[in-house]
Amino acid sequence: MTAAQLEFRQIACLRGDRLLFENMSFTLKAGNAAIVRGANGAGKSSLLRIAAGLLKPWQGTVGSGGRIAWLSEQAALDSHLPLGRALAYWSKIDGREEKTATAALEAMDVAGLTEVPVRMLSTGQRRRAGLARVIASGAPIWVLDEPGNGLDSTALARLEAIVADHRQGGGIALVATHQALGIDNAIAIDLDTLQ
Amino acid sequence: MKPLAAIIMRDLRIAFGHGGALLPVIFFLLVATLYPFAVGPDAVVLNRTGGGLLCVAALLAALLPVDRLVLPDVEAGILEQYAVRGMADEIVAAAKIVAHWLSFCPPLMVAAIPAAALLKLENEVIVRIELSLLISTPGLAALSFATSALTAGLRSSAALAGLLMLPLAIPVLIFAAGSLAPQGTGAIKLLAAVSLLLLAGAPFAAGAALRTLRE
Repeated sequence: MTAAQLEFRQIACLRGDRLLFENMSFTLKAGNAAIVRGANGAGKSSLLRIAAGLLKPWQGTVGSGGRIAWLSEQAALDSHLPLGRALAYWSKIDGREEKTATAALEAMDVAGLTEVPVRMLSTGQRRRAGLARVIASGAPIWVLDEPGNGLDSTALARLEAIVADHRQGGGIALVATHQALGIDNAIAIDLDTLQ
Repeated sequence: MKPLAAIIMRDLRIAFGHGGALLPVIFFLLVATLYPFAVGPDAVVLNRTGGGLLCVAALLAALLPVDRLVLPDVEAGILEQYAVRGMADEIVAAAKIVAHWLSFCPPLMVAAIPAAALLKLENEVIVRIELSLLISTPGLAALSFATSALTAGLRSSAALAGLLMLPLAIPVLIFAAGSLAPQGTGAIKLLAAVSLLLLAGAPFAAGAALRTLRE
């Protein structure tokens, strides 16, 4: 795959009549990661949605090279389907083999739950299933909004490990979190100090 | 093409697997059952008014699934995932309209046979009803979906959907009822034109609405 890249050029974000941030520029190249921090309502999610292409920035442009995997607060898995089949849907959409989904489920330690309907999963299990979807997509750019929410310490360690793996393989991670996540050499984007 | 087929298959599975596709059919049959109780079992009256009644019933049946076509996918974050994958909202809307039509039209066409029997309609009228259903349902399905996208997330969206959709469906109703007359070939052509117009416009209206939902 060509080298992944995510670039913010002079981005400003306006929500309603509040200017959340402006003149935001950074570049993430293969293997880079950035952690977005900030108080509630500071614009963490907006920044990530702009990066994922879901929200148009008020000013500036986003340049992204490579497919994006997006994790929001919803796992985006069909709640009535067993986890395995719900995940297989996205594998089909992405044109990926089904065994990548199986490997992803194992990476997040939810492989034992493939027969369980998604609606029966606990918050933490659903979060892990959502992360498995991100891994299975095979996309080089990960945009994760509060990936650690609802995860216990073992699962948090797994999350740190998969992000490290992903970067090792030339991937990019843009993560918004209010938790302490062990992501080495990450660019810190603090929205509180930008005001 | 493959992702679109996957979207259509998923929507069909949800429509048929959760009984969502059954609801309009039951409503349609209920109207046909209740009508003779209201106007009496006089075969002449039923035969003259029954066809038009079924057109109205089909139109109102199209309104029933409107609150479930878009909102669940928005809430589950499914539509966002399509957008992140670079699928155009118009294309996603078109795929979902196709799926909705497939879950709406065939069951209604099957239900039209017992419904016509309940209203003592003549055989040639039944044939014309089936034909007009086949031609009008693509337009109605497209209109339902566009309405659903436009009203998703609004309070009292169901009531609003009716106010939004029914006036736009009046041409469909007029030409569908007109096509039931023995000399109704002209009406059939106009019905097809109206249906095509709705079908062509709906993905763009729905796509714009889906984009706004992400803001």
